[in-house]
Amino acid sequence: MLKFDHVSKIYKGGKRAVDDLNLEIAKGEFICFIGPSGCGKTTTMKMINRLIEPTNGSIYINGENIMEKDPVQLRRKIGYVIQQIGLFPHMTIQENISLVLKLLKWPEEKRHARARELLTLVDMTPDYLEKYPHELSGGQQQRIGVLRALAADQPLILMDEPFGALDPITRDSLQEEFKKLQKKLDKTIVFVTHDMDEAIKLADRIVIMRDGQLVQCDSPDEILRNPANEFVEEFIGKDRLLQARPNIQTVEQIMNPKPITITGERTLSEAIQLMKQQRVDTLLVVDEAGVLQGFIDVEIIDQKRKKENLVKDVVETTIFTVEKDTLVRDTVRKILKRGMKYVPVVDQRHHLVGIVTRASLVDIVYDSIWGEDEVTNIG
Amino acid sequence: MDTVLQFFSTNGDEMLYKTWEHLYISLIAAILGILIAVPLGIALTRFPKGAGFVMGVLGVIQTFPSFAILAFFIPLLGVGKTPAIIALFFYSVLPILRNTYTGVSGIQKSLIESGRGMGMTGWERIRYVEVPLAIPVIMAGIRLSIVYLIGWATLASFIGGGGLGDYIFSGLNLYQPEFIIAGAVPVTVLALLTDLLLGKVEGWVTPKGMKKMREAA
Repeated sequence: MLKFDHVSKIYKGGKRAVDDLNLEIAKGEFICFIGPSGCGKTTTMKMINRLIEPTNGSIYINGENIMEKDPVQLRRKIGYVIQQIGLFPHMTIQENISLVLKLLKWPEEKRHARARELLTLVDMTPDYLEKYPHELSGGQQQRIGVLRALAADQPLILMDEPFGALDPITRDSLQEEFKKLQKKLDKTIVFVTHDMDEAIKLADRIVIMRDGQLVQCDSPDEILRNPANEFVEEFIGKDRLLQARPNIQTVEQIMNPKPITITGERTLSEAIQLMKQQRVDTLLVVDEAGVLQGFIDVEIIDQKRKKENLVKDVVETTIFTVEKDTLVRDTVRKILKRGMKYVPVVDQRHHLVGIVTRASLVDIVYDSIWGEDEVTNIG
Repeated sequence: MDTVLQFFSTNGDEMLYKTWEHLYISLIAAILGILIAVPLGIALTRFPKGAGFVMGVLGVIQTFPSFAILAFFIPLLGVGKTPAIIALFFYSVLPILRNTYTGVSGIQKSLIESGRGMGMTGWERIRYVEVPLAIPVIMAGIRLSIVYLIGWATLASFIGGGGLGDYIFSGLNLYQPEFIIAGAVPVTVLALLTDLLLGKVEGWVTPKGMKKMREAA
């Protein structure tokens, strides 16, 4: 899909921003470029849509040398998302999303229909179409920024630290949304970031760069397990070695398979009894088929016990869950970052299958400290 | 009061004509100024190094006494409306040019990069991004320049350009203050009305999204 062939960028004064880069990217791959600032990652990305021209070497998209193409035509076939979002303040959301289509001379109705269709991808209602960018939150604005890059169904999308300016919680949810979207739409993504967590979470392959040179290019797992050199190790950070434990992969393997549950038909007094018996402060609420409905905790019972009687009347349904085949490292990060006490684990049909608590984390840490020998023996 | 009425009854028609002439000279000069200065201002943003030089030169021209410029055009273009309009045009250029340049170069770099990255040609970038975003600043320059021009256009009469300046000059020459007033008051009124009208125009041409943004801010 995309190929760098001995590509260099040398600025006036001889600074080598990118130095003899060779890389091939397959269709549908999610590639993250990462490295300290000034390592050439952004320059590399901008050479793909010719915002920066390479000094030496060639870049090929589907076998065609981009230097032989008209830059304007080239850019219209490549989506581009930047950190500052760059939505035009004088255009409505509809106009912003469909601007590329306007440049491509699509008729008005088709542009409108496309904008509508795209908006559903990020779960935003059509009434946003007539709003202006400043009326949206930062997260919503960047969703529109992403949609704009998808408007003409570009097969390749370049993203320059797109979530870097968002607050951590918004960033987290946008990353997840975007990863799903990418899988669904089968786009090739070149993503520049300086956030290792982000790269590990999103990328199929991570390209680590330093001083314009490619240091390592591998899958996140491979990089975590076998960092190419000390620089990579340092860059990854010691704390992630924990998440890289090879024998622990999915949430299912570390979860507690017997969470304390209750059904909606039971009374609050029964619920509090169960809590006391089991020494817990929260119960997960499931229906007869075992589908997760929500949770109740001791505070809810305390507040509502005078007015309501049944669990199903007070159950809190906004609850964060993970699927059982989610990677442990993503879950761990969520628990730590969001300060959650526990995360229920569900299967695809939302049946409750287990729970990951902070105690499960203790197990992992314990294993990584004391279980080293065991692991080597087994291995 | 009687004298005013009497003045109007004898000179009313002529005054209307002179007012029209005055407005015509100023507006033609301003339109020429807009046609030259806006594209030039945008072009200069592409060559920031040359911009300083061009603005400097225009700044110097601006400081020439207006009388001198008018007189300077007599040997070249003779007397009448044409040299008056051309002289006034020179004055209109700088404020419009400077505002266009400032307005366009003040647009956030990220918006320009967005436009380039999505595949806009240079012309599309001007049309969809730079002009709409800079229009409030450009309009402010145009407004300022037209109001000045209406004032300066009184000097056009000095080289036979006509306009309300005729009254002021004859008033001075004949020592008849009512003529001076008959020239000066309409000029002031004309300038104020034009400014008011252009203020409205500024509102119409400013994109809705930007107005809402400013209200919100």
